[in-house]
Amino acid sequence: MSASPTSGFHADSVFAHIDRAPEDPILGVTVAYNKDPSPIKLNLGVGAYRTEEGKPLVLNVVRQAEQQLVNDRSRVKEYLPIVGLADFNKLSAKLILGADSPAVQENRVTTVQCLSGTGSLRVGGEFLARHYHQRTIYIPLPTWGNHPKVFTLAGLSVKTYRYYDPATRGLNFQGLLEDLGSAPSGAIVLLHACAHNPTGVDPTIQQWEQIRQLMRSKSLLPFFDSAYQGFASGSLDADAQPVRMFVADGGECLVAQSYAKNMGLYGERVGALSIVCKTADVASRVESQLKLVIRPMYSNPPIHGASIVATILKDRDMYNEWTIELKAMADRIISMRQKLFDALRARGTPGDWSHIIKQIGMFTFTGLNSEQVAFMTKEYHIYMTSDGRISMAGLSSKTVPHLADAIHAAVTRVV
Amino acid sequence: MSSWWRSVDPAPKDPILGVTEAFLADSSPNKVNVGVGAYRDDNGKPVVLECVREAERRIAGNLNMEYLPMGGSVKMVEETLKLSYGEKSEFIRDKRIAAVQSLSGTGACRLFADFQKRFHPDSQIHIPVPTWANHHNIWRDAQVPQRTFHYYHPESRGLDFAGLMDDIKNAPNGSFFLLHACAHNPTGVDPSEEQWREISHQFKAKGHFPFFDMAYQGFASGDPERDAKSIRIFLEDGHLVGIAQSYAKNMGLYGQRVGCLSVLCEDEKQAMAVKSQLQLLARPMYSNPPVHGALIVSTILSDPGLKKLWLKEVKVMADRIIGMRTALRENLEKMGSPLSWEHITNQIGMFCYSGLAPEQVDRLTSEFHIYLTRNGRISMAGVTTGNIGYLANAIHEVTKSA
Repeated sequence: MSASPTSGFHADSVFAHIDRAPEDPILGVTVAYNKDPSPIKLNLGVGAYRTEEGKPLVLNVVRQAEQQLVNDRSRVKEYLPIVGLADFNKLSAKLILGADSPAVQENRVTTVQCLSGTGSLRVGGEFLARHYHQRTIYIPLPTWGNHPKVFTLAGLSVKTYRYYDPATRGLNFQGLLEDLGSAPSGAIVLLHACAHNPTGVDPTIQQWEQIRQLMRSKSLLPFFDSAYQGFASGSLDADAQPVRMFVADGGECLVAQSYAKNMGLYGERVGALSIVCKTADVASRVESQLKLVIRPMYSNPPIHGASIVATILKDRDMYNEWTIELKAMADRIISMRQKLFDALRARGTPGDWSHIIKQIGMFTFTGLNSEQVAFMTKEYHIYMTSDGRISMAGLSSKTVPHLADAIHAAVTRVV
Repeated sequence: MSSWWRSVDPAPKDPILGVTEAFLADSSPNKVNVGVGAYRDDNGKPVVLECVREAERRIAGNLNMEYLPMGGSVKMVEETLKLSYGEKSEFIRDKRIAAVQSLSGTGACRLFADFQKRFHPDSQIHIPVPTWANHHNIWRDAQVPQRTFHYYHPESRGLDFAGLMDDIKNAPNGSFFLLHACAHNPTGVDPSEEQWREISHQFKAKGHFPFFDMAYQGFASGDPERDAKSIRIFLEDGHLVGIAQSYAKNMGLYGQRVGCLSVLCEDEKQAMAVKSQLQLLARPMYSNPPVHGALIVSTILSDPGLKKLWLKEVKVMADRIIGMRTALRENLEKMGSPLSWEHITNQIGMFCYSGLAPEQVDRLTSEFHIYLTRNGRISMAGVTTGNIGYLANAIHEVTKSA
């Protein structure tokens, strides 16, 4: 195997003992879908928005922003600061916390640009592992598959709290309160700000208030994952309510924001981590330590996506246009929920399917088990994660009947 | 209730980026920034390459922004491997290279360091003295213990080849070494081709693992093939290398964060296993890498016309720097400096390790408003025909009685 005939040497690989890693359970669904030659195949796996025609969507306002950037010859490609684009950071904090947030006005918030939601969670997790007195984070059961890995690699230990109730296909509120109530004082708690992934089950505002009171009474540290602001209800402010409630009580928290879905910027990896602190001085010191986490990871964040976001957020007309396009995406998903629910009712499919219209956001936790899912993949070429989660964004009026047929068949023929 | 972060200390400022901050705060009309390593044209302005502008024009408005696979843009990675391993490399043909798109050079080094920690938990990394400061941070955060090896020879302002070879010989068999493929940062001192062959030979004898950080391919000599010579020597000798590549400097894509990590394996099966494990490390860090910069790179490198333009523009940048080196040396010699300034033209790439002591650097800054890092590293990219006379004069002033 040596390249040079005279060298007589070839190294053995120092990595020869390595096993092939398993496919990522979520991204692996798309891999399998791509391999399927069936003309009626349907990809309801990964959470990326699709139009009625089943196509990815780049928002008009994003295209506009991009053109502006490309046409501006004064723009250069220099390194961003370690914390990212300043405008982007300020605007992102305002977006999630509210333009009139006292925390923002008092300079108590440090915001750093990160690589979408994943990157924000990882940087936040590493910061906590280094500087916070408690090393345990509580995550809801179930949660996004990547959450446990992100926090484990960040150096935290991961525990769970009850969240989803399979019997009602809704929130196990009692279990949640009990589990958070028995967590050690100061523990970190991961909260999905809205549109819980994978279940689509969110607490009501009243329930959020109870959660807030409980957490503050036990000094539990809130770490919000906000990946769907505006995408859940169609209103940016409504979807930010839980986060704002916590900030309004003057306490501290972390928030990871993603622009992957609500601005359709998926592959550009745009996000932000905000840490709300008690004082401006603390926020400044915290920021300096965040830089030490980021520098040895990737030095500074990518400029393109953040520039698009900043361009849109700071222009009144573009911002308004964005809210309209965002609401259209959220509305389409809500209408898909209604159509699927109606289609199952029309077929007399056994069971209560009202959770489809009660759940919110991109995903529906159907309640189908892994055998039923496998059946649907095999017989109907429906691709989804084995936990029964479907991405409503992947549905259209044309494909709802096919999915309804598949669910009906799975429920009546596979137990 | 008081803050949970009361005990958080303010972190020290980054030594390199802090220089630019100080420069920006200075109001002197004569100020010169030869601190951070980002290319400037002869007017001291940042440059966006024409090939990049054209690629961006083609990309904007045409494509969607879907997630890349965890391993990044396949096309970009393919083109990038051709640059490092050779256009007709048998390793590419035989699919023996595990490669993923990374967040520029930093991200590639960090992914490799995490990978090294996971699969060789008892190993250490041997790092040259000096090196880019962030290398130490990267392997530290990956929790891989570090050792250093001799590299720079202050007396000659060149390579401490004897010290380097000793350290290679004395390291335990099978040690992991970090090597700068070309244009060593911060010294600009590279081994000669002959010296690289000896290093490779000694690596064979010891079974060491060579990890190359190649951040300046094309930028050093102006010829990417020539700048990859060290890697090609190791490949010819049968080493299974690891390589971190960056497009920050040679395509001027700094803020786009585009790079590639590759690991040469024994066969295709092993390469697939290694790649899958690299992806497992990337997923909990950022899920998948940013698409825009990768699109620019693959657009340029897969279009013969654009690729040709890029090669031309890289050569222009490298030539300007080489020209400034020659001029700076000539200026100093003309001023009758008592010291030898040969090293300015012997060294290569963006940086010149001037040999100035920290106190002399401080004088350059306080008396002449010239900004550079305290180790005496001058970024030649910041030198222009407009400021070279001033710079030479200032250096002469602080060194003439040395």
